[in-house]
Amino acid sequence: MMDQILVLLKQWLVGWFPPALQPWVSVVLTVAAILGVFGALFAVATVFERKGLGRIQNRYGPNRVGIPFTNIRLAGFGQPMADGIKALIKEDFVPATADKVIHFLAPLALLAPVTLTFAVLPYGRNMAPIDLDAGLLYFFAVAAGSELAVFMAGWSSRNKYSLLGAMRAIAQMISYEIPLILSSVTVVMTVGSLSLVKIVQSQDFTLLNAQTGQTSLLPNWFVFTPWGLAGFVLFLIAATAESNRAPFDLPEGESEIVAGYFLEYSGFKFAIFFMAEYFEMFAGGAMAATLFLGGYTAPLSWLAWIPTWVWFFAKVMAFIFLLIWVRGTIPRLRMDQLMNFAWKFMLPMTLLNLVVVGLWHFLGTGVARWMVCSALVLGAYAALGRGLAGRKIGRRVYQFAS
Amino acid sequence: MTPLVAYLLLSAILFAIGLAGALTRRNAILVLVGIELMLNAANLNFIAFWRFGPNPQALTGVLFVLFSIAVAAAEAAVGLALIIAIYRQYRTTHVDQINGMKG
Amino acid sequence: MTAPFAILAVLTIAGAVAAMGLRHLVHCALALVVALASLAAVYLQLDAQFVGFAQILVYVGAVAILIVFAILLTRSGEAGTQPIASPSWAAGIGVATVVFAVITGCVLASGFTQRESPAAPDVATRLIGEALMTQFVLPLEVVGLLLTVALIGGVIIAMRERKSEVTAALGEAGSIGKRQSANGNLP
Repeated sequence: MMDQILVLLKQWLVGWFPPALQPWVSVVLTVAAILGVFGALFAVATVFERKGLGRIQNRYGPNRVGIPFTNIRLAGFGQPMADGIKALIKEDFVPATADKVIHFLAPLALLAPVTLTFAVLPYGRNMAPIDLDAGLLYFFAVAAGSELAVFMAGWSSRNKYSLLGAMRAIAQMISYEIPLILSSVTVVMTVGSLSLVKIVQSQDFTLLNAQTGQTSLLPNWFVFTPWGLAGFVLFLIAATAESNRAPFDLPEGESEIVAGYFLEYSGFKFAIFFMAEYFEMFAGGAMAATLFLGGYTAPLSWLAWIPTWVWFFAKVMAFIFLLIWVRGTIPRLRMDQLMNFAWKFMLPMTLLNLVVVGLWHFLGTGVARWMVCSALVLGAYAALGRGLAGRKIGRRVYQFAS
Repeated sequence: MTPLVAYLLLSAILFAIGLAGALTRRNAILVLVGIELMLNAANLNFIAFWRFGPNPQALTGVLFVLFSIAVAAAEAAVGLALIIAIYRQYRTTHVDQINGMKG
Repeated sequence: MTAPFAILAVLTIAGAVAAMGLRHLVHCALALVVALASLAAVYLQLDAQFVGFAQILVYVGAVAILIVFAILLTRSGEAGTQPIASPSWAAGIGVATVVFAVITGCVLASGFTQRESPAAPDVATRLIGEALMTQFVLPLEVVGLLLTVALIGGVIIAMRERKSEVTAALGEAGSIGKRQSANGNLP
């Protein structure tokens, strides 16, 4: 009952309106819900990130802002409100030489595509806003629009650091888009559909149990197969790079090019860039969960009483947590390392993964396919990793220390 | 529902704009952009005729446009690489200044 | 004519005119993106979902980026004082007008004005995939080959020439005289 409560609530609300208005009201309600939920998640995630990084770096994160004129501190969760007010009342500075129109349009052009990707995600059972037949293609097509917005921001600022940051960002996003799409093609090959709802349904064990009459305790998420695990890891890395997060945050590179493509943005436009980055993280996490982690399905059958949308957002937040952890742990890559990693490791691995999926499909259901597919993935991982590291594998030599 | 002729006229306008740009602009990159516009006008015709044709289940128009998009992407990649190579040689991308073989 | 189509048509034409007419090349590239994205929306309106998304993915995500990079690499982005149109621009406009008149005349004279719109076809993405793998498998392979060739060719053409190749080429091409020694890759 709790599972469908949001769907029923929407139907009940829509029912109050005259029939002519009902489709419009339904659309407005859905959009408002999506924007509200992701906006709130953005606020919460910023606090989590700052507090998490603080914990990793052995300091407190934000813990002061609370309700004004009282002593209630809310454990720092008032911080996003304060930040939002600060961003709104700051001066909106535009450089004198900037291309004013494009400088104004760039943040909107960045936020709009990322927000549009939320339209096809299945948030829970019967809770996909639109079930497009080519949903996965829609997701990648719309997300591709953000590259141009990054260029607009960097170029229109007329600042060499901005332009450098934009060029870095575009080169990185294009390089990692190929492994991102190819690693998700494995799932499409298995399911035989680009519809995200169908992809989730094919991993839903309650549906499968009803079809086959058996009761399996473990979910058949794609991550529990050799190709699925490889694809999942590759997808996570590529999604991290797509959202320009550490350790792939060269486009921002505070210590080299100040802040990259949004260097010349201030006030609320800067907040929009910040928000778009978080929305990209949410979209990446949601897509990773949908493709490989069974979307909204529960991990164990006796946990299925928890509403499906709770599972979905739990998986997204787990991805955010992973990104924060990685940001606090791994140092930034160099540009050549970034490109080598994309073209010499990610791309061959994803291509090989496509072959492995084909083998998995045609090798039957026995132990043989587990052995063959795992051996292929692990062998390629070892060979490519060794090749990428070059001579550096083996005993570490400290060149300058001695 | 919009009639077929509206799509055909939109395609004709797009083609004419692309042709005019490709013939008049001096910059080689914009000549290429004009050619892309003309290709897209042709694609629009294919989709419109497929949609209004007697047998839309045959999918021929859709698939032709998919191939056409792939070819256009290849054309853009090679064309722009050529323009960059020419720029290295002549230090200009203006088509009327690239006249090294003029007698 | 429906309102969505009218809006999209106006956007497409305005984008195309701006892409061909603006002085600044980066503005031209961005206007091209507007035109091609609204054309993708026209495809969606024509129930060609897959083609519309492919158009956005290829043109907005790849071709526009390529064009923008080419503009920056050839320093065409700095607006000069030179005229943007070639000396024979009047002839070009004339040819385009004639072509437009001929196409429009043909379209209006044909029977297409009376063509009724059939019911929306049910085109699943699955059918497109099946057609690509059965009836159209040879064109698909050829396109794959073409893209590979274009990839390698593009890289080789745009790659900086090696020193030895340049000196070898200089022996043959030294008399052309158009080669400027200010060119960075010459010895």
